[in-house]
Amino acid sequence: MLQAGEWAYSEKLKEHFMNPKNILQGEDTDAFDGVGMEGNLQCGDQMMVVIKVDREKEVITDCQWKTYGCASAIASTSILSEMVKGMTLTEAFNISPKDVAKELGGLPENKIHCSVLGDKALRAAINNYYVRNGMENRVMEEKAKIVCQCMNITDHDIEEAVLEGARTYFELQERTKLGTVCGQCKDEAESLLEKFKHLHFGA
Amino acid sequence: MKVYFDNNATTPLHPEVKKEMIAAMEMYGNPSSMHAYGREAKANVEDARQRVASFINADDQEIVFVGSGSEANNTVLSLFVCASAQCIPGTTARGTIITTKIEHPCVLETSECLMHRGVNVKFLDVDRYGRVDLDQLKDMLNDDIGLVSVMMANNEIGTMQDIASITKMVHECGAFMHTDAVQAVGKVPVDVRALGVDFLTMSAHKIYGPKGVGALYVKQGTPYCPLIRGGHQERGRRAGTENTLGILGLGKAVEMRALEMHDEHDRLLGLKDVLRKGIEEKIDDIHFNGHPTESLAGTLNVSFPGAEGESILLYLDLEGIAVSTGSACASGSLDPSHVLLATGVDAERAHGSIRISLGRESTMEHVQHMLNVLPGVIERIRNMSTAYIKGGTHAASR
Repeated sequence: MLQAGEWAYSEKLKEHFMNPKNILQGEDTDAFDGVGMEGNLQCGDQMMVVIKVDREKEVITDCQWKTYGCASAIASTSILSEMVKGMTLTEAFNISPKDVAKELGGLPENKIHCSVLGDKALRAAINNYYVRNGMENRVMEEKAKIVCQCMNITDHDIEEAVLEGARTYFELQERTKLGTVCGQCKDEAESLLEKFKHLHFGA
Repeated sequence: MKVYFDNNATTPLHPEVKKEMIAAMEMYGNPSSMHAYGREAKANVEDARQRVASFINADDQEIVFVGSGSEANNTVLSLFVCASAQCIPGTTARGTIITTKIEHPCVLETSECLMHRGVNVKFLDVDRYGRVDLDQLKDMLNDDIGLVSVMMANNEIGTMQDIASITKMVHECGAFMHTDAVQAVGKVPVDVRALGVDFLTMSAHKIYGPKGVGALYVKQGTPYCPLIRGGHQERGRRAGTENTLGILGLGKAVEMRALEMHDEHDRLLGLKDVLRKGIEEKIDDIHFNGHPTESLAGTLNVSFPGAEGESILLYLDLEGIAVSTGSACASGSLDPSHVLLATGVDAERAHGSIRISLGRESTMEHVQHMLNVLPGVIERIRNMSTAYIKGGTHAASR
């Protein structure tokens, strides 16, 4: 039961919300080797991650951020910035929202979607570093793949729907209208549904 | 300092209400019983009914006690679709309901459910202050309209509607008129005869009464169909053994409102004015939402672009100040306030909005504490916000 004075959030999350680490000071990002931004203000969440990189070792030496969003959005970018320092670019690229949530001591289910932009912004910053340093070949795009041809629904849309609460194929259909015309994508959609449920919620 | 600025969400019990409820705690008789225990309970329920009725200038028999404002609203909207000619003589042929885009979710979601059941529901727009467009209503009204439901005062932005004029138009076309007056009753004078409405919803816990009890005014002679069946309570209009203690609390709450609301109205207007000017003075780039004058005295809704509402709410909470927000994140859904969006406010402004709602226990010290804390909170959030980076949405505005 939620005690008076207790938050719906973990102590760790609360600590990072009250005292966020590594906030980018000022408005300038010129001193950094890679800059990535995801989300937008109209949706209620936007995150920017900037990194400094040791070129020899390909290790992230500094990571700072700005976030527009709720407590879990602020805390998850804060903890992400602590996690990635000292990581190689490849290690950092593979951080998932689940890793961030775990480090925060868990997130309320309806808040998971607030924390997924941080690692996306980090990957964008790493890709930006590659581009700036003539390593376009190493850029890893997150290309969306169309699953439902009739309604033009991608794997990203399915992931988004799972983060917003879809747990069954029916709920997925309710949110995306996927598979409501020819229905041929059902098997693929169901396996992606399971994949994203497992990825984000460990279910 | 503890500051409770969320009186539109709910209010603390009035000390006099609490006293009367505690004194009645031993009363457990069923008002339907004929013996002394039952008669005592019955007398208390009827006494409360009389207090509530006289508070809104209704007859006792026009008051139905219910479990909440939401239940009252559900009852009115649902009775309209009852196909029994005994329940609603003369209205079943009219297949359309009109309501507004800024109603409480209990009206909007019931409307949505009715639409699935084949009822036609139309939603009135509001202007940028949250006022219903009377010309649009005039255009919508025709002999297919059975019921119009417009809230008297909005819970999020405080904007008040001209219910008397709306009711006149609605009656001219032969439809019934309902107003959800949960936020208005006990804050501004409400006289059902002067308004002319057929149904009116009120709730106890918004006016220093207990939770779990409300009242529905049903004008004499108006068709009716109960939402909860199976008992003769409330003259067959709402089955279920009466919440005697709650009803008694509601009766005392309206009695205290009658004594206090007029002076309190002016006092809250004064406090709100200080709050509004202080915020304007101390914080850049803000927007007030709602109507500047046709609004509840204690309600102030303000947006801070570049700062997200849940963060504002929680940083204020850490300082002992309780407010609410129109941001999506705090609501559990992904969309920000439907009320603010309906007034044409963009999504960012809605995400960055907080509602400050004052009440009878609010003081100038509370307002000053808020004005001391809020600027720092907004500054802190904006400093970590992407909105103010070079080239960001609000970079130039600071």
